[in-house]
Amino acid sequence: MIAILKYNAGNTRSVYNAVSRLGYEVSISDDPFVLQSAEKVIFPGVGEAGSAMAYLKARELDLVIRELKQPVLGICLGMQLLCAYSEESNTEGIGIFDSQVQRFPGGYLVPHMGWNNCASLKGSLFEGLDLNADFYFVHSYYAHINADTVAAADYIVPFSAALQKDNFYAVQFHPEKSAQTGNLLLQNFLTL
Amino acid sequence: MLKKRIIPCLDINNGRTVKGVNFENIKDAGDPVALAKRYTEEGADELVFLDITATNERRKTLTEWVSLVAARINIPFTVGGGIDSLLTAQEVIDAGADKLSINTSALARPALVQELAGHFGTQCVTVAIDTNYVDGKWKVFSHGGKKATNLEALEWAKIAADLGAGELLLTSMQGDGTRSGFSLDLTARIAAAVNIPVIASGGAGCPADFEQVFTQTAATGALAASVFHFGAIAIPELKQYLKSKNIAIR
Repeated sequence: MIAILKYNAGNTRSVYNAVSRLGYEVSISDDPFVLQSAEKVIFPGVGEAGSAMAYLKARELDLVIRELKQPVLGICLGMQLLCAYSEESNTEGIGIFDSQVQRFPGGYLVPHMGWNNCASLKGSLFEGLDLNADFYFVHSYYAHINADTVAAADYIVPFSAALQKDNFYAVQFHPEKSAQTGNLLLQNFLTL
Repeated sequence: MLKKRIIPCLDINNGRTVKGVNFENIKDAGDPVALAKRYTEEGADELVFLDITATNERRKTLTEWVSLVAARINIPFTVGGGIDSLLTAQEVIDAGADKLSINTSALARPALVQELAGHFGTQCVTVAIDTNYVDGKWKVFSHGGKKATNLEALEWAKIAADLGAGELLLTSMQGDGTRSGFSLDLTARIAAAVNIPVIASGGAGCPADFEQVFTQTAATGALAASVFHFGAIAIPELKQYLKSKNIAIR
């Protein structure tokens, strides 16, 4: 069973639809036991970092996420909350990835909205994907590039499009909204 | 590199796709879910659905077909039509929409833009602006293009961006459904005046129109309806054409 974390900033429905379409049994839950016993956990997110993190902390879900041993995939805000710190509402994250999240600089079009390709793709998430494949991004904050970066994208500045460390995987783009390319990436995660 | 977006727009009336000319003479254009699926497979980058149903039943049918679309397609889609509160917005988001498009309700109560952006994030809020050239000015219209307001498009675009819109959907009403080309001057002026993405709409007739809007304005997306619904332009050929003109296209 695949668990999708239920919280106040999820686009859980889209992720649920995408994973179900691939033929998996999915549960949307905030029950620690369900999350701990799932084969894989997806941590989605569309929304604002401060209120999302406050919600998770109030339910101690941040601690549950940090201790998960199965493959975990953070998406968009989910990825940013797995980082150490976000400039958005001055938010301390879960801290799996030692990366800072900050707002794109002023004077440019923000949000970064649309399809963009990635560079330096590595690791199992990207196996079998076209190196120039485009993914759908929509975000105003970005994670810095660091040792855990497994894909970089370029919009105004280079940033982490994907991070990976131990059993934690994270993507800034939305695989559930990235047509066939996104399906392949989700499939890669689900068959880890 | 960030790609320019090609966005088919589906006007929905009582659960069917429809299309008019200059916002009038509405014709049936098919089942929205089947059409959405076809456009997704053909390479559309996003979809926009605008519910123009005028009945009290609208909210129920709106969430019904939004759920159906969300279950079938895996590209982002925006939904507009009758979203006038956090509550209706939440219903549409829960049904699976990625972005909300607001128009008349934002003109009636600009604070709605702020409320939706605060709750769902700016990236979720598209302010749609319908505008027509009247007495030497681009005037903003509400109620599906039926009522003139006192606002000018440029002025309203800046206000909407300041209030927290994540994107503008700019429709030139005189171009709508006429296939006479996008209103380039208008689009260029507005896209240059705001720091959020602008989608150009109204008037797409041939692939060169898309090329012009992407080379002569800072619009990052171009929206069209009738040319796609009635087969005048096929999305794969359009994208091939734009790539051959060195425009960044997926």
